[in-house]
This record gives sequence, C-alpha cells and structure tokens, in this order.
Amino acid sequence: MGAGVEGKDLDVLDPQERARFEQLVLPHLDAAFNLARWILRGRNDAEDVAQEAMLRAFRFFRGFHGGDVRAWLLQIVRNSCYTWLEKNRPMELTTEFDEELYPQPGVTPESLAIAGDNRERLTRALEALPPRFREVLVLRELEGCSYKEIAAITSMPIGTVMSALARARHRLERALAPANAMRSREASREL
Amino acid sequence: MSCELTQSVLHGYIDGELDAARAADFERHLISCPQCTSALEAQEALHSSIQQAALYERAPAPLRSKLRDQFYPPAPVSVVPVRVGLRSSNWRWLATAAIFLLAAILGWRLIPSLGRNRGETELASAIVDAHLRSLQPGHLVDVVSTDQHTVKPWFDGKVDFAPPVRDLAADGFPLQGGRLDVVKGHQVAVLVYGRRKHVINVFIWPATEPDTRLRSGSQLGYNWVDWRKGGMEICAVSDVSSSDLDALRKLFGE
Repeated sequence: MGAGVEGKDLDVLDPQERARFEQLVLPHLDAAFNLARWILRGRNDAEDVAQEAMLRAFRFFRGFHGGDVRAWLLQIVRNSCYTWLEKNRPMELTTEFDEELYPQPGVTPESLAIAGDNRERLTRALEALPPRFREVLVLRELEGCSYKEIAAITSMPIGTVMSALARARHRLERALAPANAMRSREASREL
Repeated sequence: MSCELTQSVLHGYIDGELDAARAADFERHLISCPQCTSALEAQEALHSSIQQAALYERAPAPLRSKLRDQFYPPAPVSVVPVRVGLRSSNWRWLATAAIFLLAAILGWRLIPSLGRNRGETELASAIVDAHLRSLQPGHLVDVVSTDQHTVKPWFDGKVDFAPPVRDLAADGFPLQGGRLDVVKGHQVAVLVYGRRKHVINVFIWPATEPDTRLRSGSQLGYNWVDWRKGGMEICAVSDVSSSDLDALRKLFGE
C-alpha cells in the first residue's frame, strides 16, 4: 500500500513547526509502529500504516495544541489501522464474536502448546484475541499507558477501560490455559 | 461463589489506578476473598510473563529513514553572492564574536549539568545491571532472613559501615534478606525486599557527596530512586511502580 501522500502536501509546516514535530512526535515512532504491528498482526502492514499515520500526524500537527503527544499520535495510528482493516480485512472487525465459535485460523491449543518459547506462545495467544481486546492489552502492558491515556487513544470512557482490560486479560489467560496444561502433561510424560 | 471485584477493581489495583483509599479497601477485601487472591496471583504471573517475553517491536530502521527523508529533505544548496566591503566584514566580525560569546556562556552553563546527567545515567545503568544480576538464580541473597536483627549483624565485618536495616513487612514490604554486591567498583550492602510478587533491591553505601535532592528515573523498564541520608547513599530499584518505590523511600525515613 502506497502512502498516497506526495511531498507537496508536506509543505504545510514552516521550519519552526517542522523542528517541533521532529522533537515532539518522531521520538514516538516506536510506539506508533508497535501499536500498528499488534493491531494489524504483521510487521509489513504495520510499516505501511505507521508511515501513513506519521504523514497524517505531520499534516495535522498544526491542530495539536499541547498535551499528551504520544496519546495524540497513537489515536491517529489507531484510526489509520482500523481504516486499513476495514478496507483490506473487514472480517477481522466483526469483533464482538466469540473466539470460541470463530477461532483465528492457525491458533489452536495444540499449536500454542508446541510453540516453543514463552514469547511465541504469548504472541499467538495475543494475536488470537479480537483487535479491541488486543489493543488495550498492548497499550497497557507494552506501552505502559495510564487508563486516562488509553481512554483518550481509544475514545472509550475512562470507566470502561478497566473492564475492557479485565475482559482482555481474562481471555488471554483462558487462551493460554489449555496450552499450559498440555505443556505440563507433555513434561510429565517425558519424565 | 463468584466475586464481582475479580473482573473489575482487581485490575485497577494491579495497574496502580486506584486512589489510596480504594486500594486500601481492596487490600482488606483480599484478605477474605480467596477468589481475588488467586486471580491476583494469576494476573501477576501473566504480567511478568508478558514483560519477560519482550513483545515490544520497535520501528524498523528503513521506516525511520524514509520518514526523515520525507519530512526533512536535504535543503537545496544555493549560492549567495557575497559582497566584500568594510561594512559587511565589520558585521561579520561582530557576528563571529557574538557566536563565540554565546558558545562560551552556553558551555559554561551546560557542561556541569551535562556531567551531572552523565553521572546519573551511569549510576542508573550500574544499579539496573546489579538488579538484573541479582535476579539470576541463586544470586539474590547471601543471608536469608526476614528478621532485621539477623540481617543487620550479618553485615558486621563484611562492610566498613552500618547500613540501616528496617523490617517493613507491616507496610507491605517484607524483608527477604541481604547480600554484598559491587557497584561501580565500590562494595555496597544490599537489602532485598518483596512487594507482592516483585523484588526490590535497596543498595546502600557511604555517600561521597552531601545530602541532596532525590533522583529517580527508569531504565529498561525498571524504576529507580536514589537519595542520601545520614551519610549514606540509598538507591532502590525494581519493576514495581515508582509510587511503590516512593512509599518504600518514605518508610526508610528518607
């Protein structure tokens, strides 16, 4: 996917604003990429969408009047991700389904159990969650955002953030549990 | 029997998002609710397994340079004709002098603070390294005891200063033991405290500078706070929240 933005659109900022953008926004590129990678479940798509989101942030930067710049940027990244999903993988956005009825392809308790290390198991379990659950976990556990920041990024009321996290963690735990049990069975069989 | 707090307030508690009164209420509730207690343990295990898995993925270098090229294209080089004359060379001389003066002032103002910042970063790295080392199997404690009257005398004859040892179990920081360590070439006494499932290392050594304001920060996801009191420098480091570390510092009597 091309970014679809040519250089001439980028003349919106004067040199001073450009310098401010570089100083304030660019340091959060890792956060932008990480969020896109987890919402989209892939590095290549994340690279495209993060790039487009940074360009949009650049164009909208005049409208940013101080405050939490990371939350501001991540809100743009998140919107770009969902726009991209709507266009390219709309099936993933019918999120209120139950993942027990519609499991993500390729993720089964067996595949989780044989996935060698902790990192791989967690990656697969996280990727099996619907994006709305995955994003709150990523914002809280990986990005270290406060509830207030998560509320700002996801446009969720702040009171909902806690219960969303509770449900997401519960689902993640449940996704990992059969794998954990199977691993310990395997381990005892080997003894 | 199911407790409705397990799926709500428990998470605000884990994330440090409850105010002090609600957190205290919940801690009282935990004593009498086995469901929340086991859920808390499971959630803390999940949290640390997520942290250990290092799932954070940084932006690839090509993306970074692509963006820089788009936002900050190299300026076209233009040739400006220079008029040589008495007036302009006077101005140029003045401008040069002004720049030197500015550089001198900035240098004079900035260099000491740069030096201080570097010292702070070095300290943070050394302390976080020592903390990570201590988490390796078998490295955490040399003397295992929850009793301050066992731990304190253990340091006698091993270090040439008397580290302040406090039992803070009643405040939620149970003493787990002590050990000797070396940080930046100095022998230090280390007290190990628990905080829920987490480990806090408290490094203590004789201060070489007078008591100053406290310093704190975080590195590699570990928080640290450093302060000096009564001739001792005390530095606590852990993966618990910085507010927990602050609470510990206050219990030490700052």
